[in-house]
Amino acid sequence: METIRPDELADLQLKRLKWSLHQAQKVGLYQRKLKEAGVSPDDIRTLDDVEKLPFTYKKELQAGYPFGLFATPLKEIVRIHTTSGTTGKPTVVGYTRKDLENWSELIARNMTMIGLGEDDVFQNAVNYGLFTGGLGFHYGAERIGMTVIPSATGNTRRQIEMIEDFGVTAIHCTPSYALHIAEVAESMGKTLDSLKTGIFGAEPWSESMRTELERRLGVKAYDSYGLSEMYGPGVAFECPERDGLHIWHDCYLVEIIDPETGEKLAPGERGELVITPLVKEALPLVRYRTGDVTRLMDGECACGRGPKIERITGRSDDMLVIRGINVFPSQIEHVLRALPEVGEQFIVYIDRVKHLDEMTIEVEMSRAGFSGELQDLARMQKKITGELHNTLGLRTAVKLVEPESLPRFEGKAKRVIDRRGAI
Amino acid sequence: MEKSYIVKQISIFSENRPGRLAAIAGALRDAGINIFAFSIAEADGFGVVRALVDRPDDAHRTLTDLGFRVSFTDVIGVKMRDEPGGLSDIASILGDAGINIEYAYAYSGRDGAVLILRVDQVEDAIRQILGRGGELLEASLSR
Repeated sequence: METIRPDELADLQLKRLKWSLHQAQKVGLYQRKLKEAGVSPDDIRTLDDVEKLPFTYKKELQAGYPFGLFATPLKEIVRIHTTSGTTGKPTVVGYTRKDLENWSELIARNMTMIGLGEDDVFQNAVNYGLFTGGLGFHYGAERIGMTVIPSATGNTRRQIEMIEDFGVTAIHCTPSYALHIAEVAESMGKTLDSLKTGIFGAEPWSESMRTELERRLGVKAYDSYGLSEMYGPGVAFECPERDGLHIWHDCYLVEIIDPETGEKLAPGERGELVITPLVKEALPLVRYRTGDVTRLMDGECACGRGPKIERITGRSDDMLVIRGINVFPSQIEHVLRALPEVGEQFIVYIDRVKHLDEMTIEVEMSRAGFSGELQDLARMQKKITGELHNTLGLRTAVKLVEPESLPRFEGKAKRVIDRRGAI
Repeated sequence: MEKSYIVKQISIFSENRPGRLAAIAGALRDAGINIFAFSIAEADGFGVVRALVDRPDDAHRTLTDLGFRVSFTDVIGVKMRDEPGGLSDIASILGDAGINIEYAYAYSGRDGAVLILRVDQVEDAIRQILGRGGELLEASLSR
């Protein structure tokens, strides 16, 4: 399945898309939505016809609380997970026996892809409960015969003892917990020599975090992407090339859209990831708006598997439209991170000057590297502007500000101040 | 020998907005540091405040502790006749020797006028000026 020919894949996707739509028709919400959109599952004759279908939004899943979106009777549902529900009602996800099999298969595929197997001892250091990362990885790892330690989270010293005593070779946890394990291990004087592989997911993490985790834990670090609505983790995963994530096209139909207009973007363009799951029984979804920002990557991966998506670079809710160009604050962050002369703090101001959008970015200088020469500062300002122009395709005004002069945020940072009034 | 004439200028990064110079000057006042000479160079949205002070190391520490970006720059101070031709004399010495002046500012104090120079070859400049009878500010005046 991993190296299926493109035409065979398309046939399979279309067949499964049709099945999935029939499954969705068992749900009141979709009967209504398809009727409103004036399409029936029989109108879908090619994969491109997917664009005729309406989007599904998270708030619709929340409104269906608890079981309103299930396409199968509860007696066929063998497990329930929910999302944390930090914004309103939790989203309830049901799984039939077949769903659990599919999910385990995807996780197993991911783990096999990075060379894990029955010789490995696997510590699953994530929350086991309603959170999908625990049981999801657990059953996937068992499926390929790994020796699974359901260590869950907490008691970090005990986690470290287990890694050492049981000869753990692979660990799955959040990147921030991995960093905590590294710190505690260092304070205990443990080097965790048996660890070779780290699987990190459930929160965004940067390339510099990867470098740090690899150095401190002695692992090769892999990014794992998923969301509860699509079973959980396992939707996309890095291969050993670690340059983008393979998303499993036989199970998930992928579109990248402009979050403002809903229009499909050309390959390579960055936008919101929209997924139509193709094999889900209990909770079929149609064109689900993930809110995650990525792009389909060009070219074939050296590993021979199918098209990849870029690592998630932000949330579509954060998107700005400047002179008609879509800009994500995370892109700016990315550029600044790569420049040692400046810190990571920044604020974006957007103004409308003579009917034109103007973007001004205040950037803090870093503590190091001030030569005292005006020309060096001017050169640096020009370099930042140039790098931003390359990445955003947009001219910006960069203002250098003094270190630690920008506001710090606890929790979610508010980095964008849009001062454009209504036209 | 030449080294004793290399003066440590403090260069301070400052945003171009009201109150920044007051903050810098106020910090030096509170630390009891005297400013002999200073200038501001400005670019797009920010500037560099350059100053000669009596205690450069203390000034550096004080301003850094307050969160300013500060660095030292090597400059020289050339005593200048406070009459027509004073600047011309010095500029000619350096021009003849092929030494480039990156920036300069001047002050006129109790002991006459002084030209502060940032040049590309500082030790060469010192040799040339002393060799042609010029007089330089001793770095020991500020410590």
